[in-house]
Amino acid sequence: MLKFLIEPMRKSWWKVACVVLVLYAIIGGLLMPVPRQHILNETIRNLYYHVPMWFTMILLFTGAFAYSIKYLRSGRLEYDINAVALTKVGIFFSLLGMVTGMEWAQYTWGAAWSNDPKQLGTAVCMLIYFAYLILRGGLNDEEKRAKISAVYNIFAFALMIPLIWVLPRMVDSLHPGNGGNPGFNAYDLDARMRGVFYPAVIGWFLLGLWISTLIIRTELIRYRRDNDFIPTKNKQQ
Amino acid sequence: MAASKLTTLIYKDLLLEWRQKHTFYGVLLYVGATVFMVYMMSGQPEAKIWNALFWITQLFIAVNSVAKSFLQEHPNRFRYYFTIVRPAHFLLAKMVYSTLLMVAVSTIALLLFNIMLGTPLVQVGLFVAVTATGSISLAVIFTFLSAIAARAQNNSALIAILGFPLATPILMILSKLAVKAIVPVYQPGWWKLMLVLLALDILVIILGIILFPFLWQE
Repeated sequence: MLKFLIEPMRKSWWKVACVVLVLYAIIGGLLMPVPRQHILNETIRNLYYHVPMWFTMILLFTGAFAYSIKYLRSGRLEYDINAVALTKVGIFFSLLGMVTGMEWAQYTWGAAWSNDPKQLGTAVCMLIYFAYLILRGGLNDEEKRAKISAVYNIFAFALMIPLIWVLPRMVDSLHPGNGGNPGFNAYDLDARMRGVFYPAVIGWFLLGLWISTLIIRTELIRYRRDNDFIPTKNKQQ
Repeated sequence: MAASKLTTLIYKDLLLEWRQKHTFYGVLLYVGATVFMVYMMSGQPEAKIWNALFWITQLFIAVNSVAKSFLQEHPNRFRYYFTIVRPAHFLLAKMVYSTLLMVAVSTIALLLFNIMLGTPLVQVGLFVAVTATGSISLAVIFTFLSAIAARAQNNSALIAILGFPLATPILMILSKLAVKAIVPVYQPGWWKLMLVLLALDILVIILGIILFPFLWQE
């Protein structure tokens, strides 16, 4: 199963697909026609930039969750390396999602931060993953760090799902798709928007995966070099 | 057999608490001092602030009293327990013990709050029920985090770092639930929110039982 991330990551077709899709999403997202919505107007285009960040984040965190489970089942440190890389990139995308969302809210809601339940949920979720990195930073022993952080990752992820999926749906919110505000399913002519939105999600997700695979590869090289009992290269030259 | 092991473990923890009374008195002093400090700074605040202050105090009580459930015993002793009991029993016993401790300390905190910061409560019974539920939620979460912190070089500062983000949504739910007992407002979906909280507690316990064996083995 380790092959699943390492072997296909050397292939280049999906990287080409990633570049094409992201370029299409950026250019098409700015130029293609969008439905006129009251208040939202042109800011509706933020859908192409803001929402894919969250989709990518969730998918990367789900991947990290899966690798944490794999680590606990097998005890192989390669899985831990995968989990950490996916988490780090997931955190990066959560920051991007937060920034794009806050910028949009500044102009549409009138304030970057308005205690919206979705904002609160994602802020909490980010704090949880920051705590994950701090927990890892505090442990020196490799095996122990991998095991304890895998346990915390599984615990946090399983609690995060009800947080960001269930709770915001139970209270009123200004966020599109909540409290009588139109979500992207409710937009008229949404077929035109989907033509950009879905490629954008796939493109940004592939980009996230690409960044993670680069981190994983460098970390794997470091791990193998550190654990090589017969050094392949003479370091003194 | 399982039940008797569980009760024996809980009894062991309570006995330990009784023999080391000074730690329990320490927690009581901590609660008293915290409430007094809050009183010195805010006097008798209005109902909503009262509610917020109460739940923040609860959070700090949980961090300081429940945290010791795993940290107060020497790590070497866990190796002994490891040989005689199953990890799930051990964790459940610790969770029950910290829930009992948390309920006791919360009751005292509630009493002190009512004496010093005024009594905005409209439905006392309801508020006590919410406090009890909140004590259970905070106790089970912080017990598990205490287990993590105990394995991570007994670092008690970790509990606050790991626990605050996880406790924030729970405190948000709790303060929303408690508002009903303070201001007589119509709150649709109160029971749904309560069920979410209980479901979250059950989830924490199940996750704890699944994950604790991995933490436990060295």
